Amino acid sequence: MSSSSLVNGLFIFMLAGFIGFEVIRRISPLLHTPLMSLTNALDAIAVVGAIVLVGEHKSGLSHMLGVLAVIAATSNIVGGFLITDRMLKMFKSSRPAPKP
Amino acid sequence: MTDLAGNQLLIEIVYLVASGLFILSLKWMSSPTTARHGIWAGELGMLLAIGGTLLHHGIVDYKWIFIALALGTIIGIPLGSVHMTAVPQRTALSHAFGAFCVTLVGTSEFYLRAPDISRFIMAVLSAEVILGSLTFTGSLMAAGKLQEILPQRPLTYRGQNLVNFLLLGIAIVLALYLILHPEAKPIFPFIVLIALIFGVLLVVPIGGADMPTVISLLNSYAGLSAAAMGFVLDSKLLIIAGALDGSSGLVLSIIMSRAMNRSFTNVLFGAFGQVQISAAIQEARPVKSATAEEAAAILSAANKVVVVPGYGMAVAQAQHKVRELYDALTKRGVDVRFAIHPVAGRMPGHMNVLLAEADIPYDRLVEMDEINGDFPQTDVALVIGANDVTNPAARTDSSSPIYGMPILNVDKARTVMVIKRSMSPGFAGIDNPLYYLDNTLMLFGDAKVFVGNIVRELTGGSHG
Repeated sequence: MSSSSLVNGLFIFMLAGFIGFEVIRRISPLLHTPLMSLTNALDAIAVVGAIVLVGEHKSGLSHMLGVLAVIAATSNIVGGFLITDRMLKMFKSSRPAPKP
Repeated sequence: MTDLAGNQLLIEIVYLVASGLFILSLKWMSSPTTARHGIWAGELGMLLAIGGTLLHHGIVDYKWIFIALALGTIIGIPLGSVHMTAVPQRTALSHAFGAFCVTLVGTSEFYLRAPDISRFIMAVLSAEVILGSLTFTGSLMAAGKLQEILPQRPLTYRGQNLVNFLLLGIAIVLALYLILHPEAKPIFPFIVLIALIFGVLLVVPIGGADMPTVISLLNSYAGLSAAAMGFVLDSKLLIIAGALDGSSGLVLSIIMSRAMNRSFTNVLFGAFGQVQISAAIQEARPVKSATAEEAAAILSAANKVVVVPGYGMAVAQAQHKVRELYDALTKRGVDVRFAIHPVAGRMPGHMNVLLAEADIPYDRLVEMDEINGDFPQTDVALVIGANDVTNPAARTDSSSPIYGMPILNVDKARTVMVIKRSMSPGFAGIDNPLYYLDNTLMLFGDAKVFVGNIVRELTGGSHG
């Protein structure tokens, strides 16, 4: 990694951090549990690093650890999206009640 | 800037789109009406990212990738299908899995690259494996406590914080040495090992009532470790996803610790253990109790009822009976709402999910700040399995360990009814003066059974 891509990385990290902070702050406490399971699933994007490790097969160790890492991350992706969807399906509004 | 090869450029564009979809996914979570779009955006982003990665030019072995993806899916489906009451421990477990993945990738990268590793990369790699390892074991401990495999009470001993800080300090010193001397490969496993032990020791002293903050903090650590991994792999997508998850966990931790009027350090290093002494002072003060029949009569005569659920409702699995009570009272024209304290339950938003599962419309679930002003006009506040979040000592008694914590002002309601198993103090061992007030009626019994009895009185008995 060159120093310019390092600096780029830091810029990206800072901006994404700010976006995350502002977006999450606006999320209703009603949905904090599904939010956490959704970010869990999104965070499992680490799977891309693990996939490359497995695919490149540079050493026996990296291959083995990579396979375990892909399994762990994939189970988070599948499980995380699944349960978030189940939770959100349960949130229903009462029929539009006439408000005085 | 070097030119990217055709395939590489395509992959980066796919990652760019995926990053955008992830941000939209979180943005759409802001309201229940758009939240499911958020999932679709997230899923699409994830599919694109994985698909793009498979185009990576260095990949020679596809077989094991697909085997691992299939195995992960097989494990993920049951993890996504757990009962709603098990959501807190499932969440803790998935923090552990995420951190596990990050730690394994970091470890592999170290052994592939060392000793030819720049100082900056070694620094972020150390941060990645230290955060990853401590989040892994810490989350496993949290999941164990939530599943009640481990004791939920804080386990404390003298000098605990000193031991913890020393361990973390040693791990950091070792990492610093490795940054300066990347050829010292044998040191690396010790860093991982110490961080793993630190994770266990960090969470073991934390009590169940502090779990909402701890889960949020672990969420944040998992995100930060993934962002560090993004720096190691020079992956902007990972940096973005990690930063989003990290800040999400951070925002939730801030909300949770504010709702308990405690600082992060206090939650992490000041276990509630020492508090239990104050419970011993309590004497047998008189309380008024009532039967289900009496409670039903008071409830049906009320205009406005506010139900305050807590962890006890989750433990007793009473949410479906509470829904029947909601139906019975609503049918009689009683206005029923639910007051949700931010730290009620074992994770952020826990009560909302349980009540939504029981089909209670979400517009009846009201946040603390919004409903607190309404208690003086409330005829009945019905507390089900909540304790500390209703304790008026937090407002009035400066010697109370929870003094200053924002609470639901149920004591201002005309009548307070508290469903509780017995007079034993709550989780934190703090006595609750609410129970001895003149306008408080104690309803002793299991929450599910008692609410069921009230419902039977309301629906079976004569009207009026």
